[in-house]
Amino acid sequence: MLKKKKIDWGAYCYLVPVFGILLCFHVLPIFYSLAISFYRWDLIGEAEWVGLDNFARLFDDPMFYKSLVNTFYYAIVSVPLSIACSMSIALLLNNPISGIGIYRTIYFLPVITSLNAVSIVWNFIYHPDYGLLNKLLALVNLPPQLWLQDPFWAMPCIILMSVWKGLGYNVVIFLAGLQNIPKHLYEAARIDGANWLQQFRHITFPLLSPTTFFVFVMSTIGSFQVFSQIYMMTPRGGPLKSTMVIVYYLYQKAFEKFEFGYALAIAFVLFIMIFSMTLFNKLYVEKKVHYS
Amino acid sequence: MSTNVKKPLIKNPSHILIHALLIAGSIFMIFPFVWMIMTSFKSEDEILKTGKTIVLLPDQMRPSFLNGEEDKKRIAEHQRQKELYAASLASPASATAGGKKVQKPFEVFDNYKEAWAAQPFYRYFLNTFLTAITITTGSLIFASLAAYAFAFFKFPFKDQLFLLMLGTMMLPQQALLIPDYIILSKLHWVNTYMALIVPWLASAYSVFFLRQFFMQLPKDLFEAAMLDGCTRLQFYFKICLPLSKPPMVTLGIFSFLGTWNSFVWPLIVTNDTSLRVIQVGLSYFASEAGTRWGPLMAASTFTIVPLVVMYFLAQRQFVESQAMSGMKE
Repeated sequence: MLKKKKIDWGAYCYLVPVFGILLCFHVLPIFYSLAISFYRWDLIGEAEWVGLDNFARLFDDPMFYKSLVNTFYYAIVSVPLSIACSMSIALLLNNPISGIGIYRTIYFLPVITSLNAVSIVWNFIYHPDYGLLNKLLALVNLPPQLWLQDPFWAMPCIILMSVWKGLGYNVVIFLAGLQNIPKHLYEAARIDGANWLQQFRHITFPLLSPTTFFVFVMSTIGSFQVFSQIYMMTPRGGPLKSTMVIVYYLYQKAFEKFEFGYALAIAFVLFIMIFSMTLFNKLYVEKKVHYS
Repeated sequence: MSTNVKKPLIKNPSHILIHALLIAGSIFMIFPFVWMIMTSFKSEDEILKTGKTIVLLPDQMRPSFLNGEEDKKRIAEHQRQKELYAASLASPASATAGGKKVQKPFEVFDNYKEAWAAQPFYRYFLNTFLTAITITTGSLIFASLAAYAFAFFKFPFKDQLFLLMLGTMMLPQQALLIPDYIILSKLHWVNTYMALIVPWLASAYSVFFLRQFFMQLPKDLFEAAMLDGCTRLQFYFKICLPLSKPPMVTLGIFSFLGTWNSFVWPLIVTNDTSLRVIQVGLSYFASEAGTRWGPLMAASTFTIVPLVVMYFLAQRQFVESQAMSGMKE
């Protein structure tokens, strides 16, 4: 029998750097911000206690509702679209074809580039007069559009660009998931005469569901925090505030209007929304996931 | 394996369809980059040419048989400008043709020169590089130390501390932006390198990732080394670090990419030009340049290129590290 090991008090020395910083910039701020959200404060003047006023104001703020609706619009369209595209590409890449490495690099390329640089490029592509998109439309005799300056098209434009940007990352994750599916299942299915579609429905899709679930949860969280492309492509929330999303609204309130208390109330609502959505996904959506 | 067996490029007829789909997708993925690079070499006249045709290659790179009527006219005009300019340099008397000063005609790298001169981009690159290197090395050292303790040591509140650390990963960045800013301003760190670097030296994700790796190392190894009088730090430096090269490389690449591309945090915690990082500089340049698409595309290109080059260089390491981690199983 092994003797009960003695306690390694020295262990704490190894933890100090990481935990010092985490406490200072991740744990403490949570409590701090909860406190600030009960005040009206512009960082310079005296903080004024307003109780739950900041939260109450949220419910009467039409722009907050607008930003909620826009964020849901973004999430509901971009997440399934991205999952469908990246899963299809991963399925195509999961064949014994030549040039996989090249394809993988090409699809991954937008992931490693910065959102800012590619936002500028897409701004140019969407430009009403000189942009590539309108020129392509002209080739097939379709009327030009205003794209990012059009309240109807601004959000779809942002979504298309965001899906393009994030696709490669999901492709890599799906590929890893596909490689974990045992090959003998397909062989057995082929012997039984299952066609491609049946193999997908009864083997690939269910066995890939843990990966799909992971991608779904992570993309949903990410889509609720969309900010940079909005900031770069549609300044001030876009035409008729059609791309005003929650995080952009929070940014505007905090760092342009200096209403820190109100901005933190928004941050908390966002946090609670993301948290409850993740919880919902974990409790209900995950029931449909097939774990082997 | 024999190497003289030639593999056919297409092994199965159905692969033609797969290739066709993948190539169509690839064009969609890569075309914005091609368009960006090509535009960065075009003059304003070429870019702002409205018309039905889509011209990919810049005038100065296109073989002449591809030129249409309009292109020929523009190129001839450009040639005339060039000659006028050369003449004006030769004899300053003719420098004003018809009362107007002769403009310097467009040259291939003019957009790059203009963009580079418009903002102190060398400074932005330096700042970004310094921050990224410091954060990558610092966070790897700190994270591996903590992961080492979590994997091998026994101490009170170990599980609670680990859970607390995982909990911090679930918070959205934006919720912390404001209180972090306030804390930084209390520390008088706003507008310093400290603000850019210090909060990112701790990465819960890296600790979690490395701890999972260290847990796979045999515990006996640790105990045997301790019995032989090896100190804990020695074990960390001599055994743990050399063995964990693959996960460290993976984490390092992502940490470097993440820092290079980070935008919101440096945008908020610094406003001094001398402290600006590349992404913030680029966004300032974008709002200044407005619709000067040539220089804008040039600036986008030179902020993307170092990263892509680094990715291709690191990819070999990256693939090797994945291969190595696969071999262990």
